[in-house]
Amino acid sequence: MAAQDTSKQVTRRRERLDRGIKVRSEDIYALNSWREALYLLAPRALPVVALVLLQLLAPEYWQRVLISTTVFALLAISWDLAASSGMVCLGQALFFGVGAYLAGIMNHYLGLPPGLTLPLATLGGGVICTVLLLPVLRLRGIYFAMFTLILPLMIERIIEATKVFGGTEGLSGLTPFAHPLWESFLTMAALWVALFGLRRIMASDYGLVLKGINDNDRAVMSAALNIYRYKAQALFLAAATGAFAGAFMTHSYRFVGMPVFALDYSILPIASAAVGGLGTLAGPALGAFILVPLSEMLRGLGGLRIVIYAVLLVVFTVGLPEGVFHYLRRKYTQFERWTEVGK
Amino acid sequence: MTEPAPQPPRDEIILAVEGLSKRFGGVTAVDDVSFNVKQGELLGVIGPNGSGKTTLVNLITGFLQPSTGRVSLKGQDITGGPPYRTAELGLARTFQMVKPFYQLPAFKNVVVALFSPRVKRLAGGAYGDRDAVAKDLLEEVGFERDSWVINKQASVLPHGYLKRLELARCLALRPEVLVLDELFSGLSLAEVASLVPVIEKLMVQGMTIIMVEHRLKELFRIADRVLVLNFGQKIAEGVPAEVMAQPKVRGAYLGSESED
Amino acid sequence: MLQGTLIYGFINSVMLLLVALGFNLTFGISGVANFAFGALYITAGFLAWIGLNTLGLPYWLAGCAAVLITAVLAGLLYRFVVLRVRGLVVSEVIATFGVGLAILELFRFLGFIGFEYTLPEMLDLEVSLGGVIVDGQRLTILLVGAGLTLFLWLFTRHTRTGRAFRAIAQDEHTALTLGINTERVATVSVAFGAAYAAVAALVILPLGTIAVNEGYHVLVNALAVCIVGGLGSTLGVIVASFMIGFAQTFTATYLDTSWMMVVSLLAILVILLVRPSGLFGSQKQLEERI
Repeated sequence: MAAQDTSKQVTRRRERLDRGIKVRSEDIYALNSWREALYLLAPRALPVVALVLLQLLAPEYWQRVLISTTVFALLAISWDLAASSGMVCLGQALFFGVGAYLAGIMNHYLGLPPGLTLPLATLGGGVICTVLLLPVLRLRGIYFAMFTLILPLMIERIIEATKVFGGTEGLSGLTPFAHPLWESFLTMAALWVALFGLRRIMASDYGLVLKGINDNDRAVMSAALNIYRYKAQALFLAAATGAFAGAFMTHSYRFVGMPVFALDYSILPIASAAVGGLGTLAGPALGAFILVPLSEMLRGLGGLRIVIYAVLLVVFTVGLPEGVFHYLRRKYTQFERWTEVGK
Repeated sequence: MTEPAPQPPRDEIILAVEGLSKRFGGVTAVDDVSFNVKQGELLGVIGPNGSGKTTLVNLITGFLQPSTGRVSLKGQDITGGPPYRTAELGLARTFQMVKPFYQLPAFKNVVVALFSPRVKRLAGGAYGDRDAVAKDLLEEVGFERDSWVINKQASVLPHGYLKRLELARCLALRPEVLVLDELFSGLSLAEVASLVPVIEKLMVQGMTIIMVEHRLKELFRIADRVLVLNFGQKIAEGVPAEVMAQPKVRGAYLGSESED
Repeated sequence: MLQGTLIYGFINSVMLLLVALGFNLTFGISGVANFAFGALYITAGFLAWIGLNTLGLPYWLAGCAAVLITAVLAGLLYRFVVLRVRGLVVSEVIATFGVGLAILELFRFLGFIGFEYTLPEMLDLEVSLGGVIVDGQRLTILLVGAGLTLFLWLFTRHTRTGRAFRAIAQDEHTALTLGINTERVATVSVAFGAAYAAVAALVILPLGTIAVNEGYHVLVNALAVCIVGGLGSTLGVIVASFMIGFAQTFTATYLDTSWMMVVSLLAILVILLVRPSGLFGSQKQLEERI
C-alpha cells in the first residue's frame, strides 16, 4: 500500500481511499439517487449491452470469433470457480471434452436435437466429471493439479486405442444450430447466467464455505462441515459450465473429435484467469475477452498461439498477479493520492 | 443464541479415551493413553515439548487415525474421524497454529462455522441472521463490537485476535466438549489475563473443556484436573497440586521446561 | 515371450526411474514441483542434436554441453520465475507449467518435428540376456540408471552440497539458522534435477525421435512415479518405477501401447485409495496431500 522512498527527507506514500459514492451506494443502497444506482449498475450492464451490440454489428468473421470467445470465457469461469474452492485444475479440457463428446454421441447415435443434447450434456458432463474426480477430491494443491493434468491426456489415448466414438476420426456431420443468431444469443445468455449466477453463489454464505476450503480446509472441517461434499458440489457446477461450453462447440462446428481434449482448452482458461485476475469469475471472463481476440489477430502466427498464452500466463502469474480486473475495480472504486508522511 | 447446548447432569463421563496409541514410522508419539473427561470439568493436558500433546488432540478430534485405541463421545464411537463428523457430534477444537480464513473478514470466519448443519439442527431448523450471531460471538471472546477489527481481513489481524477468532469459531458450533490446543501460547500476560475470564464464564455455563497448555501457572488456576504426558505416555493424572508434587512429573519437567 | 517381457519391463522401469529421479530430487529438496520438467528433458535432446548436427561437435562435447546448458536454464528458471512466487504453491505450479508449455510449443512452432531429429546410440553392440537380444542403447540405459541412482545416494550423504540438500529437505527454516543459504541450495537443486533430466534424455531419446509430445509423456510419467512412490522419497521412487514400469510393459505386450498411460493413472488411483501418502511417504506428506 505504501510506496516509501526513504532516500529523501520528505517521505511520500500513496494513499488509497474508497470513493464516497462507493461507500454510500454499498451501505445505504443505491435507490435514493440515479447517480448512485448508475454507479452500481454501469459496470454490470455495460458489458452486457456492449456484447449484444458487437454481436449484431460486427462483420461476420468477428461474430464467429466473438462466439468462440464467449465459449472460452465460460471455460475460464469454470476454471476459476473450481480454483476458488481449492481445486486447481490443469486439465480443463476434461470438462470441455466430456461435454463435447456427450453432445456428439447423443446427436450422432440417438439423433437428439441440440435443444436436448445441450442441457443433457451439461448435466451429464457435470456428473461424469465429478464422478471421475471423486476419488481424488481428497487431494490438495499440486496433487490434485497433477491428476487433472493426466486425465484428459489419458482419455485421448483411450479413444485412440479403443476406436470408440469414431476413434481418431471423430464424429462429423452433426446437427447445426437453426440460425447463427441462435448461436450468438445462446452463448451470451449462458455466459451471463454463469457469470452472475455463480458470482451470486460465491457471495453467499455457501460461497464463503467454498472460499474457506480454498483458504484452510482443516478449519472448515473443524467447523463440522463435510468439505468433500462441498468440493464435489463446486466441482459439479464448474464441470457443468465447462461441459456446456464443449457441447455448444460440438454443434457449432458440427464435429467432435479427439482435439477437444487438447491442451488449448486446458491452458487458455488458466491464462485467462491469470491475465484477468483470479477469484472473481468476472476477471477470468474478461481475460478470455482479451486473449482470444488477440490470438485471432495473430492468426498468421499459427502454432505460436499456445506459446503466447503460456508466456502471458507466466508474465501475469509472476509479475502482475493482480490481473486486469482487480486493477480496473481498484481504479473504479478508489482514488489514489500522494501524501507526505513524517518529517 | 449463544448459550451452550442442553447439558446432561454433571459428573457423567462425556468423553472416554481408551488405550490410544499413534506410531509414526518407528516413533511412538502417543503410547497407550487412557482417560475420561467428566461433564462440566476442565481437564488440563500438560507435558514437555514433543511429549505428544498436539498428536493426542489430533487423535481425539479425528484429524489423525490412531494406530490402536478408541475414543468415544457420550458413548458414541468417534475414533479416527472424519473431523467434520467429530465436530458435528459436538467436539470442537482450536488449532495451536491458528488456522483462520485469511482472505475473509474476521466475522465472516465465524459465519463459516455458523453455516454448519449442527448449528441449524440445534437451532431447530433455522439459521437466523448469521452475521449478527457471529458478531455476538466475537464480542463474547473479547473483540470490540463495531470496531474496525471485526470487519478486517483476518490476514491483517494480530496474533492475539487470531487466537480469539479460533475460540469464537469453536463456540459457534455450540459444542459440548471444547478442546483448546495451546490457546495461550504466543500471547502476552495481559492477553492471557483477559482470556481467562472468557474460559471461566464457559465453565460456569457448564462447558466441558480440555486444555492443552504450556502456561502452567494460568492453567492450574482454572483446571479441575490435569494429565501429564511424557514421551507419549501418561505419567500422572489428578488434582494439579498433587500431580506437580510427584517426583516423576518434576523429573519430566526439570530442565525441559522453558516457559514460566 | 515372458522372458522378453520381463527384461524389457526391467528396462522400461529403469527408464521411468531415470526420468523420475530428477523431478523427485528437486521436489524433495526445495519443494518445487517443476512442471517444466518435460520441456527441459526435450530441450536437452534438441541441444545435443544441434551440437552434433548443426555445430558438428564431437559426441561427448555436445552431450556435456547439453546437460550443462539445461541445468543453467533450469537455474535461471528458478531464479527469475519460481523465486518470485515462492511459497504460493499454485502460482509455482502454474508458472512452471507455463514455462514448460512455452518451450515445448516453441519447438513445435520452429519446426523441430520429424524423423531426422534423432540422437546417435552410444554403444553399438548387441547382447543376449537369457535368450533375449538387448541392444547397446538399452544396456546404456541400465548402466546409466544404476550409476545415477548410486551417485545420488553417495552425493547426498558424502558431499557438502548433498548434506545441505538433505538439511533443507528436512526443514528450510532450520537449515537457514544453520547458515545454509537455502536460496542458493534450492537453485542448485532445480539445476541438479534438470541435469538428471538431460542425462536421461541423452540415453533414452536415441531409442526414438526427439518429439515434442514426448515432453508431456515424460512429465506425466515422472508425476505418476513420484505420486505413487511418495514425493521426496528416493526409495519410494525406485520401487514405484519398477511397479509402474513392469505394469506398463505387460500392458503394452498383452493389450496395446495406448493403454500404457492408463496404467500410470490407475496406479495413482489405487495408491491414493490404499496409502494416500504414497508408498514411502511420511506423515508430513500425508498432511500436505489430503
